[in-house]
Amino acid sequence: MSFLNNVITGISLGSIYAIIALGYTMVYGIAKMLNFAHGDVIMVGAYMVFFAAGRFGLPSVVGVLLAVVVCTVLGVVIERLAYKPLRQAPSLAVLITAIGVSYFLQNGAQILWGAATKRFTPVVEGTLELVPGQLGISYVAILSVVCCIAVMAALTLFTTRTRMGKAMRACSEDKAAAQLMGINVDATISSTFAIGSALAAVAGVLMCSAYPVLSPTTGSMPGIRAFTAAVFGGIGSIPGALLGGILLGIIETFAKAYISTDLSDAVVFAVLIVVLLVKPTGLMGRYVPEKV
Amino acid sequence: MALLQVEDIHVYYGSIHAVKGVSFEVNEGEVVTLIGANGAGKSTVLNTVSGLLHPRSGSVQFMGQDLKGIAAHKLVERGLAQVPEGRRIFLQMTVEENLEMGAYTQANSSIAPGIADVYKRFPRLEERRRQIAGTLSGGEQQMLAMGRALMSRPRLLMLDEPSMGLAPILVEQIFDIIKELHEAGTTILLVEQNAQAALSVADRAYVLETGRISLSGTGAELMASDQVRKAYLGG
Repeated sequence: MSFLNNVITGISLGSIYAIIALGYTMVYGIAKMLNFAHGDVIMVGAYMVFFAAGRFGLPSVVGVLLAVVVCTVLGVVIERLAYKPLRQAPSLAVLITAIGVSYFLQNGAQILWGAATKRFTPVVEGTLELVPGQLGISYVAILSVVCCIAVMAALTLFTTRTRMGKAMRACSEDKAAAQLMGINVDATISSTFAIGSALAAVAGVLMCSAYPVLSPTTGSMPGIRAFTAAVFGGIGSIPGALLGGILLGIIETFAKAYISTDLSDAVVFAVLIVVLLVKPTGLMGRYVPEKV
Repeated sequence: MALLQVEDIHVYYGSIHAVKGVSFEVNEGEVVTLIGANGAGKSTVLNTVSGLLHPRSGSVQFMGQDLKGIAAHKLVERGLAQVPEGRRIFLQMTVEENLEMGAYTQANSSIAPGIADVYKRFPRLEERRRQIAGTLSGGEQQMLAMGRALMSRPRLLMLDEPSMGLAPILVEQIFDIIKELHEAGTTILLVEQNAQAALSVADRAYVLETGRISLSGTGAELMASDQVRKAYLGG
C-alpha cells in the first residue's frame, strides 16, 4: 500500500512540476532564454491566494483568479522591462538578468510580506479514502492531476489549432521568417510570458495547498526542479515537459521513501545527468541545428 | 510612379558598410532582378526593403509611402512579401500550416481560397499537405516558400536566390513558375546569383558589385553586355 501511496504522491507532485515546467519550456522555445525568475512568480501567486483567501476571507476561487491575473501581468512586465531590452544581447547577459529578477522578486516579497514562514490554507482539503486508513488520495492531488491534464490539453489545442498558437510555433522555429509572414514577434513573446506566468500562478496554489508553508523563497526549489524536469523531457517540447515533470515527481518521491529524504535532490539530479549523457536533447527533445 | 522606389540607401552591419548608395525602382507588373556575386549586398538590399534591416541613410518608398520606421511585420499587410534566402520554411510544421502562416495577415475567410490557389499552381504541395515541411525535397521546399509568400496576396513578391542549392531541372521549373506569375500580373523583385536564369525572365536588371550598382538595363541588354557575359555568364 505504501508503494501505491508513493506512486500517487509522485504523480500529483509531478503534475505540479509539469505545469511549472511548461512555463520554462514555452518561454525557452520562443524567447530562447531560461527565465530563472519563473519559480518566484509561483511564490507571488501563492501570496496572492494567501492574502485574498486567508487574510480577507474571499472565496478560494477569487483568490486563484487574482493570483492568475497578478502573475500574468507580472510576467509580461518582467519580460518588457528586464528581457526585451536585451533581445540582441549575448545570452549570458540575459541569464544573469533572469537570476537578478529572481532575487529581486524574493527580496521584494521579503520587504512587502516579511521573511517569516506563513501557514497557507489549502484551497481544497480532505482525502478520498480508497482503502480506509491505508490508501487514499488527497483532493489536492486529484486537483493537481486534473489541472495538469487540462492545461496540457488546452495548450496542445492552442498550439495546433489556433492562429496565435501556430504563430508561436513559427516564432520558435524562425523569428525572421515569422516576421516576414506578418507575425508580430514581440507580441508573441509577450503572450508566451503571459501564458507561462498564469500557469505559474496555478502551480503556486497547488504547490502550497499540497505543502502548506509559504515564504519568499518558496518558489525557488520547485522552480529549479521544474526546470530540471523541462530539461529532462527535452526543453522546448510541451509533451516533454509533461513527461519530465511526472517522472521527476515519481523519482523524487521514491528517493525520499526508499533512499533518503536528504539525498532526494541528489538522486533527481543524478538521473538527469545520466539521461543527458545518453540523450543530450532530453527524452522528447529534438536536435535543432543552430542557425547562423 | 514606381511601385517600389529605393533611393540611395546605405546599410551597415555594425561597422561594415555593406550597401553603399543603391538606388533602383520596380514598376507595377515588372520582373526586376538584382544580380551579382556572393557578398555583393543583394540580400542586404532585399532585407532592407522587407524592414528586417534599416538603412542608415536613403529611403525606401512603397506605393508612394516612405517605409522608414515601419516594423517588418507591418509591411506584409501593405503588400510586401519576401521568399527569404535558404527558403526558411517552418520545418516542423506541416505544409498546410506553413501556408496558413503565409496568410497570417489575411482574413480567415480568404485562407481556404488562397490555399486552393496555391495548390492549383503547385499540385505537389497538395499531395503533401499533411506532411511535415522538413521532409520535403529542396525543390518542394522552394515551392512551399513561394506558395507561402503568395498567401498574403502581395503587391510585390521578392524572391531571394530561389535557385540556390537546386538541381538544374528544378531551377528551370522554378523559373517557369516565375514566368507564369509574371504573366498573371505579379510584380516581382528577384535577387539571383544565377544571372543567366534571372536575366532570361527579367524585364529589367541591375548588377550589384560590392555594395554598389555597376550596371543596369533591360534583361536582354545585360544578357548581351560584354561586362556581364565575362563576369557572370562564363564568357
